[in-house]
Amino acid sequence: MDETVSEFFRRTILKIPLTEMMTILKTWNFLSENQLQTVNFRQRKESLVQDLVLLCEENRASLNDAALLDIIYTQFHRHQKVWDVFQMSKGPGEDTDLFDMEQFKSSFKKILKRALKNVTVSFRDAEENAVWIRIAWGTQYRKPNQYKPAYVVYYSQTPYAFTSSSQLKSNLPLLGQTFETHNSTTPLQERSLGLDINMDSRIIHENKTEKERVQRVTQEIFGDYPQPRLEFAQYKLETKFKSDLNGGILAEREEPLRCLVKFSSPHLLEALKSLAPAGIADAPLSPLLTCIPNKGMNYFKIRDK
Amino acid sequence: MSVLRPLDKLPGLNTATILLVGTEDALLQQLAEAMLKEDCTSELKVHLAKSLPLPSNVNRPRIDLIVFVVNLHSKHSLRNVEESLHHVDATFFLGKVSFLATGAGQESHCSIHRNTVMKLAHTYRSPLLFCDLEIEDFRAAMAQRLVRMLQICAGHVPSVSALNLLSLLQSSENPSLEDL
Repeated sequence: MDETVSEFFRRTILKIPLTEMMTILKTWNFLSENQLQTVNFRQRKESLVQDLVLLCEENRASLNDAALLDIIYTQFHRHQKVWDVFQMSKGPGEDTDLFDMEQFKSSFKKILKRALKNVTVSFRDAEENAVWIRIAWGTQYRKPNQYKPAYVVYYSQTPYAFTSSSQLKSNLPLLGQTFETHNSTTPLQERSLGLDINMDSRIIHENKTEKERVQRVTQEIFGDYPQPRLEFAQYKLETKFKSDLNGGILAEREEPLRCLVKFSSPHLLEALKSLAPAGIADAPLSPLLTCIPNKGMNYFKIRDK
Repeated sequence: MSVLRPLDKLPGLNTATILLVGTEDALLQQLAEAMLKEDCTSELKVHLAKSLPLPSNVNRPRIDLIVFVVNLHSKHSLRNVEESLHHVDATFFLGKVSFLATGAGQESHCSIHRNTVMKLAHTYRSPLLFCDLEIEDFRAAMAQRLVRMLQICAGHVPSVSALNLLSLLQSSENPSLEDL
């Protein structure tokens, strides 16, 4: 195994906290159960890492395997990175093609390699039609720097891509172009919004039309596909007290009244989407809630006009 | 304004129909399914409605028992029930209406006080049942109770009428309700 690859392995494994070591190695699935059993996980970290690197050498690990391990590490520590979100928009007159993950991956790699000879591109599929792409940048004369990769997480059924870069932002336009050239589109699929087909004919839904209206309105606002994963939304309200009565303690108050409402959820937009069908709220929902994806904002200040 | 009346239709042969009114469709659906699992000599029909009035152009059987379901976690569900009550004729409240409050088990999520629903039930002189419909065992037990009540209200149980049942269910344990 190449010296640089071996060193890359060493540094990558060294990053992993001991508590996560087993989980990450198992997820990576490159070293076999038997091999892992031969290693003493209770020794000092440096020695442990040395043993693991030796095992990797035995298995003839390549740079791609190391890159995959790096992706897995980053997936476990995604919260430690700062992510930018990009929304792709379709140009006018573009056809809707069917999306094929393998085709996307191969053309993505091809396009990048055409532009920059020295680049390492690795992929790992994740939940919900997402793919994690790791890109190590080099220059025309220098091999890719494996220690400052960029990550792109692309949810294929949405026009959104998340990027995180530990280097200069100069390579971002290139990434953008790569997506454009690939022509990412969303396939058309029938997706029901959880309308249970009632099998028992002894149960009659009186408000069927209303239910259908709610489903329709919800679908119009939120669409058929999974919502972007958002965890918070915050609304700050500042308003002066208004009263019909003349006088009163608060009527003369110059300072506006302030109120803060914070929504948090493991998947806020899906939760909002399910409010009306579940009967917890009326449809349509308040535009303050539904405008989040359109406006691309989740922190709002509401003031008096 | 279309109003539900208890005796404006002829009863179906051996049929007992219950109407569940509440905003949370999933809970109503589950309760309906639990009720239909019960062994019952009468033919049961369960109608689910989000609110009243019911659509008027539909041919439906005579309704023997109305259960208004309030989720204590949601003021929206209480308001919905309060507005729906206006569309029920007064004669229904002679034992053919019941209130069901769910969610009392999760005290921290309750935005409606128990006393509020108790006062509502008292105002309408109807029994109030508490059951956490999300818990399968409680739901099954409640389904059993509702089936028995429904049979009585449909007149399928000899020598017990809805009014008899109502006076049996009225509790004299809470004199403080009079003070509310």
